[in-house]
Amino acid sequence: MNWKFGDNINTDLITPGRYNITTDPKELAKACFIEYRPEFRQNVKPGDFIIAGNNFGCGSSRETAPVSLKHSEIRAVIAKSYARIFFRNAINLGLLCVIADTDGIDAADELELNIQSQVLKNRTKGQEIRVQIPSMMLRLYEEGGIIPYLKKHGLSALGDLEKF
Amino acid sequence: MGQTLAEKIFSSHCGKKVHAGDFVLADLDLVMAHDTTCAWALEPFYQIATRVFDPKKIFIPFDHAFPSPNVAMSKLQAEIRKFAEEQGIPISFEGVCHQVMSERLINPGNLILGADSHSPTGGGVGALTIGVGSTDAAIAMATGKAWFRVPETIRINITGKLPHGCYSKDVVLTVAREMGPDGANYRVIEYGGETVEGFNVPARLTLTNMSAEMGAKAAVVAPDDQTRAYLKDNDRFIEFENLLSDTDARFERVLHFDVSRLKPMIACPPDIDNDVPVEDVQAEKVAVDQVFIGSCTNCRIEDLEVVYGMWLGKQLKPGLRVIVTPASRKVYIQALQRGYIEEFVKMGAVVSSPGCGPCLGRAGGVLYDNEVCVSTSNRNFEGRMGSPKAKIYLASPATAAASAITGYITDPRAFVN
Repeated sequence: MNWKFGDNINTDLITPGRYNITTDPKELAKACFIEYRPEFRQNVKPGDFIIAGNNFGCGSSRETAPVSLKHSEIRAVIAKSYARIFFRNAINLGLLCVIADTDGIDAADELELNIQSQVLKNRTKGQEIRVQIPSMMLRLYEEGGIIPYLKKHGLSALGDLEKF
Repeated sequence: MGQTLAEKIFSSHCGKKVHAGDFVLADLDLVMAHDTTCAWALEPFYQIATRVFDPKKIFIPFDHAFPSPNVAMSKLQAEIRKFAEEQGIPISFEGVCHQVMSERLINPGNLILGADSHSPTGGGVGALTIGVGSTDAAIAMATGKAWFRVPETIRINITGKLPHGCYSKDVVLTVAREMGPDGANYRVIEYGGETVEGFNVPARLTLTNMSAEMGAKAAVVAPDDQTRAYLKDNDRFIEFENLLSDTDARFERVLHFDVSRLKPMIACPPDIDNDVPVEDVQAEKVAVDQVFIGSCTNCRIEDLEVVYGMWLGKQLKPGLRVIVTPASRKVYIQALQRGYIEEFVKMGAVVSSPGCGPCLGRAGGVLYDNEVCVSTSNRNFEGRMGSPKAKIYLASPATAAASAITGYITDPRAFVN
């Protein structure tokens, strides 16, 4: 299923400051949307999508927000736009964040995301939507994030990111 | 083609002339990670390195929850302390990261990475100070470098003499109302114009700080004689060449604000662009439960001077919780020497140790359901300072001080001498 949100979902709503007191990703996943959408942590299933409007992840730079989403095992966040630091953190962590017009997507719609062809199929509505995934995000997602990438290719590979 | 100030700073840190849209791997002058974000940087750091690139170019302040309010936080701080000892990096307990960095570490023309979203603050000293998350901080601590897409610049010109009772906070809330929470996403905001030229660096830091709330990657004021005076005040004067955008530099947008008829402004919950004149809210007689004068936005000595001037000879509303948290040790000592702290404490305000205080809802003034707080900080998000049902109004220190006297949200103009 899809967890649908509006515009300007800030990182205080994803992981409120008072819950940012652990570096255990599984514990953090339990705090994801703990006050803003309390049913999320109980009902989220691997492969679910987060659907949002503009400026998803604004506010605090806390990496706990994308970590908690990643370890909730969602398939991807699909939003119209993202706040800069959140998007950069998602690239680094290998959390898939795609850009698309999300207005026509409802919570119950069955979605299928093809990251290679950058197409989102809405099986319920029989629609296909073009999505955007910047090449650096796609490449680092496939590498499992920037740290596995640098471990594999060495620190000098930081300079190669430009070529992605 | 000419360059913006931001493009010049990126160019000087990557060894080639660059413009907006270019990808750069840049050398950093300083990397900052604090008691929360540094905890998350340790594991990725040790995955890719054993030693930091230069311990003298890494700054680790404990400010977000210091002294530690609980065992879980103490555990994170113990882990950071172990890392810092191992790497030979002293930990700072001197107050809010951005304030301490501005006082002691940031020089005009620097390129600095901070694992905190309010990192644009340091641009008030004429540097590019960019916020990131913990993984980027870990890579920067290992390599001294970070990748960037050189951002477009939005130039904001501010002109006109600020009216009585209005401050740079009122100016930036007006800008935020126009820009919205993502109006500067991925952009640098360059503030200029006669009003900004007249602001001292402490007032400029409030402008650059709040630019984070508009999504800005960085915010900057061209360094000038005000910057020289600030460096002198902080006993670390160094000469620098004036750094300006070229006359033929390309700005993505140019906005102009005439502040000569500005009124004191307030950001109503729960959005930063929900800004109205304080007098409109005053008409609704909104009762206040807590007043917070603190944070990287507004608790410098100039702010406390305004508060002191307004409170002298008055009483604080009985029963109201008033919390004053000086932004840094230096501000605290100045306020002690000038007698402000003694007066505040006698009046019944709680003065807490320099740091982020209750701004992020961790400790030292966490709000309960339906409570109203007037805060000089930067975020009025739902749940930011505690209960998601609490209401946070953001305003200048003068508006906060006036509200502390009356017990409801109050236009400061009647109280400012």
